[in-house]
Amino acid sequence: MKVSLKWLRDYVDVDLEPSSLADCLTMAGLEVDAVEEAGPAFDQIVVARITSVRPHPQSEKLFLCEVTTGTEILPIVCGAPNTRSGDTVALARVGATIPGGFVIKSSRIRGEISEGMLCSEEELGIGEDDAGIMVLSPDLTLGMDLKDALGLKDTVLDIGVTPNRADCLSIIGIAREVAAITGKAVRYPKTDITENSEEIGGITSVSIMDPDLCPRYTARIIKNVTIKPSPAWMRERLEAVGLRAINNIVDITNFVMMELGQPLHAFDFRFLEEGRIVVRRSREGEHFVSLDEKDRLLRSDTLMICDGVKPVAIAGIMGGLNSEVKDDTSTILLESAYFHPPSIRRSSRWLGMGTDAAFRFERGIDPEGVVRALNRAAQLMAALGDGTVCRGAIDQYPRQIETAKDIPLRPKRANEFLGIDIPAAEMVKILEKLGMTVLQSDDAHCLVTPPTFRVDIAREIDLIEEIARIYGFDHIPVTMPGAAGVPAGENPEQILESALRSAMTGMGYMEVITYSFINPVSAEQLGLKDDDPQRDFVKIRNPLTEEQSVLRTGLVYNLLDVMNRNARVGCADLKIFEIGRVFFRHQKGELPEERACVGGLITGNRYDGSWHNKGVSADFYDLKGCMDALFADQKIQPVRFVADSSQPFLHPGRSCRILVGQETVGFLGEIHPDVLERMDLKNRAIVFQLDLEALRSYTKVEIDFREVSKFPSSSRDVAFLVPVAVEGETLCRTGYEQHEVLLENVAIFDVYTGKNLPEGMKSLGLRFAYRSTERTLTEEEINVAHNRIVKTMVEATGAKIRGE
Amino acid sequence: MLKTLNELENKAMLELPGATSEDALNELRTRYLGRKGLLTQMLRQISGVIAEERPLFGKRSNEIKESLSHAIDEALEKLKASCKNDVLLKETIDVTLPGRAVRLGHLHPITRVSQEICRIFARMGFNVVEGPEVETDYYNFEALNIPKDHPARDMQDTFYVEDNIVLRTHTSPVQIRTMEKMKPPVRILSPGRVYRPDSDVSHTPMFHQIEGLMVDKGVTFGDLKGTLTYFLKQIFGDDILLRFRPSFFPFTEPSAEVDIKCVMCGGKGCRVCGQSGWLEILGSGMVDPAVFENVGYDPEEVTGFAFGLGVERIAMLKYGISDIRLFFENDWRFLEQF
Repeated sequence: MKVSLKWLRDYVDVDLEPSSLADCLTMAGLEVDAVEEAGPAFDQIVVARITSVRPHPQSEKLFLCEVTTGTEILPIVCGAPNTRSGDTVALARVGATIPGGFVIKSSRIRGEISEGMLCSEEELGIGEDDAGIMVLSPDLTLGMDLKDALGLKDTVLDIGVTPNRADCLSIIGIAREVAAITGKAVRYPKTDITENSEEIGGITSVSIMDPDLCPRYTARIIKNVTIKPSPAWMRERLEAVGLRAINNIVDITNFVMMELGQPLHAFDFRFLEEGRIVVRRSREGEHFVSLDEKDRLLRSDTLMICDGVKPVAIAGIMGGLNSEVKDDTSTILLESAYFHPPSIRRSSRWLGMGTDAAFRFERGIDPEGVVRALNRAAQLMAALGDGTVCRGAIDQYPRQIETAKDIPLRPKRANEFLGIDIPAAEMVKILEKLGMTVLQSDDAHCLVTPPTFRVDIAREIDLIEEIARIYGFDHIPVTMPGAAGVPAGENPEQILESALRSAMTGMGYMEVITYSFINPVSAEQLGLKDDDPQRDFVKIRNPLTEEQSVLRTGLVYNLLDVMNRNARVGCADLKIFEIGRVFFRHQKGELPEERACVGGLITGNRYDGSWHNKGVSADFYDLKGCMDALFADQKIQPVRFVADSSQPFLHPGRSCRILVGQETVGFLGEIHPDVLERMDLKNRAIVFQLDLEALRSYTKVEIDFREVSKFPSSSRDVAFLVPVAVEGETLCRTGYEQHEVLLENVAIFDVYTGKNLPEGMKSLGLRFAYRSTERTLTEEEINVAHNRIVKTMVEATGAKIRGE
Repeated sequence: MLKTLNELENKAMLELPGATSEDALNELRTRYLGRKGLLTQMLRQISGVIAEERPLFGKRSNEIKESLSHAIDEALEKLKASCKNDVLLKETIDVTLPGRAVRLGHLHPITRVSQEICRIFARMGFNVVEGPEVETDYYNFEALNIPKDHPARDMQDTFYVEDNIVLRTHTSPVQIRTMEKMKPPVRILSPGRVYRPDSDVSHTPMFHQIEGLMVDKGVTFGDLKGTLTYFLKQIFGDDILLRFRPSFFPFTEPSAEVDIKCVMCGGKGCRVCGQSGWLEILGSGMVDPAVFENVGYDPEEVTGFAFGLGVERIAMLKYGISDIRLFFENDWRFLEQF
């Protein structure tokens, strides 16, 4: 909220410099976001004196003046009838700006040079007098800036008022805070009204049909008003706080709202059919044209202000076009009411009308300040609109608005809670400075009644907060809580995530973090089938953009997106991974399923492009090796990679499921060329994704230590000739399955297809390692075991042994 | 005869430097010390030596044999060493050529900062707890004392999935879920992704928050100040100046924003701190009794404090990053720097 210091000073003395005042308010919980200079919209206008006046040779209406600024004398042509030698005047010199943005230039007026302009009040926007130039007090120093000379400068504080402080949404509210902080007194504006003899009861009536939404409605009638511009002092204040001046009546309602925090509305009484006010809920489907000329369709629970026939305002939010104050309005029905805050909030949100009035009503206005504001506005309408106020006010108050009374406060509790030690008397003093009434029975118990405008205070904790705030958070000593009663550290999920991060970064993969939401089009780009569960997106109702409108069900799309971005900036070699959640929609009303995953991608050259390595493309086995390392690191086994083409975004011949035991924990594979094409990617990419929850359940924390054999191992190499489709793992497994205790390991050391081999066959070179933990094996022993294994393998798989 | 012996030694010693190859040295050895060598031959002539001189002659010839043999061995050793060195020199490489690159991966800056924050709080006994990112209205708002139709909801614009299901706007729901499950004392830290519909230089629709909660008998506002002061000094250094400023959060009372003196301008006022000289760094406050009541804690029995901070904001200040969106663009050149 913007607060003009000039306006603020109408209600409280401020001795502090603006910046100090801003600091004080900030440290009391009213954060000052900005301190800005403000004032009338002119610049470089100075105090000057006319030293001579003579008629213009070419014109009867113009005068040639000589004007001194104290340091120089300038020729000025002026047309004002009150141009008089010796008068002190406001001079806009060449280069000065006057309201409207006009810059004064040196000119020739009917042949005579004019080095500036003498200004009227009206031209400077600081008064209404446009009959002649402004005549200033002769005491003013020549050459002085006019704003300084007339005290027109203002400072505006922009205060971020927190939602609980409804009472600070007015200048008087800020004045009360300033008074409490600085120990000054608040001066409320006078609301004396001279009433005419006509009883309001004879003119109009108010009936509240829905007192739950409108517990209080007050009104006055002001007759014979003249619609005209507001005086400069009011316009200046309104503009300083960011409101546009319109006419005296509308300005008065805005002025009083800003002054006291009570939104008001002025109806042109002649448009109120049957001359009365009815407050009721709208009917479903009812239409209404608000002041901003928009036709609005209403829901059934919007509170409306109506006349005897039709709605004339959306209560607490905006008036209607049908009863707007016009240039020829003469009788005003002035409304000052209290509306149920949640109801105003619902309606203003639903209608999308966050008006200044709604903003205040939904936060809660002072229920006992309603009449004061009514009278203040009526008084101003009489004074500034030449109106007469009819006798009496309507005050319909069918339902008591609860305000807090006698809140118990235990000063000891306050001290203990805050970690301070101040006497009860000091707490009482703080609360009283804030306008609260304190009944103190003894040091241990007080009963506190806050002022009715402090709608945020109802409990002891609210009082403790006030004490802390005014006492000053800075004065509360810094202490450390006692030692923890519970052991601290990472939880199992975090331990796994940390381990994965270390392993992946250690293997050269860069961690990325991408948005949890993705483009629903991703499903098409990845080629997901209609019944693919990866299409069970959680949809966001109000996304910022369509590209971020669903939550991801996998990490691959985002990884490809990162690849794309980097390719565009010239980085084609990429090794990346992400740890994050994926989301699957459940039934309506249920939270979706969230699964933490790790995903990774490799693309481009395996090595950097330096002199050692000439363009070897990364492939499936790079990432598979990385997977092996991850599983080994977590001591997860047995792990199997099973050829699988069920993920539509993976290359059907180069993809697999990853199993631990019988459970699928993820997938690994090369991206399908169609997907690359659809996503406009040039290079092949290999990706994986693993489910962390599944991984964690297989992670082995303990270490099974085994004695290291002291005896040497011996190996035998065999090249098997098998059909291309036979998987290496199958062949190795057949070897293992012989349960030969001496067989330590079977590894594939060579894979060969091509020249010298029959069509459709490949050669797999296997290395068999034999070792005993008890003795050095003899050639004989090894040969017996080896020959048995190889023989069985040949029989079981139909493989041939090369070179035999 | 002794004279001849000495002459032989001198001759051999003179020849030695001339033998510069292994073969020459071996030849030398054979020629003098071999079975038919010169020295051996002389020894055979010992019978011709007069009896008194014989012991001396024997001793001397042994000495010569020893020293000559030793000298030849030494020369051979030297020769071998120098040959090996020649071979090694032929293997000389250019040590200035770049090494075969081993590129380590890097943690994302958000992870780095999160981990650092979690470590600091772990030292004070805070355990890490996580919760769902898609939450019910109840956990995200109601239980945190933010009723429907309350202006406090304006403080956090929200992504909705359904009427009562939202993308969590803060990690505070984890507080509630934790307190529902466990009895005090509680010291938890909940890091994670949060979501708000905002997008510009200083806002992304997804960002990371870390929220902390401590509940026990007799926890005071002074303890809140102490804990957060310790934390901020750990993160930004001992010299950092900070202030606790009254504010409002629906789930804490009293509430405090914690500001640090701007790390960019030192408090003079700059673009980063919006000319105020201060940077808002975290929100905090004493847990509102209404929140305790919602989870079945007795606010007369226990008190506590909670705080929340944006990880991106801390990372931006620590590393001088001016655009928050960079965190999620994952440009290699950005990530590589952390």
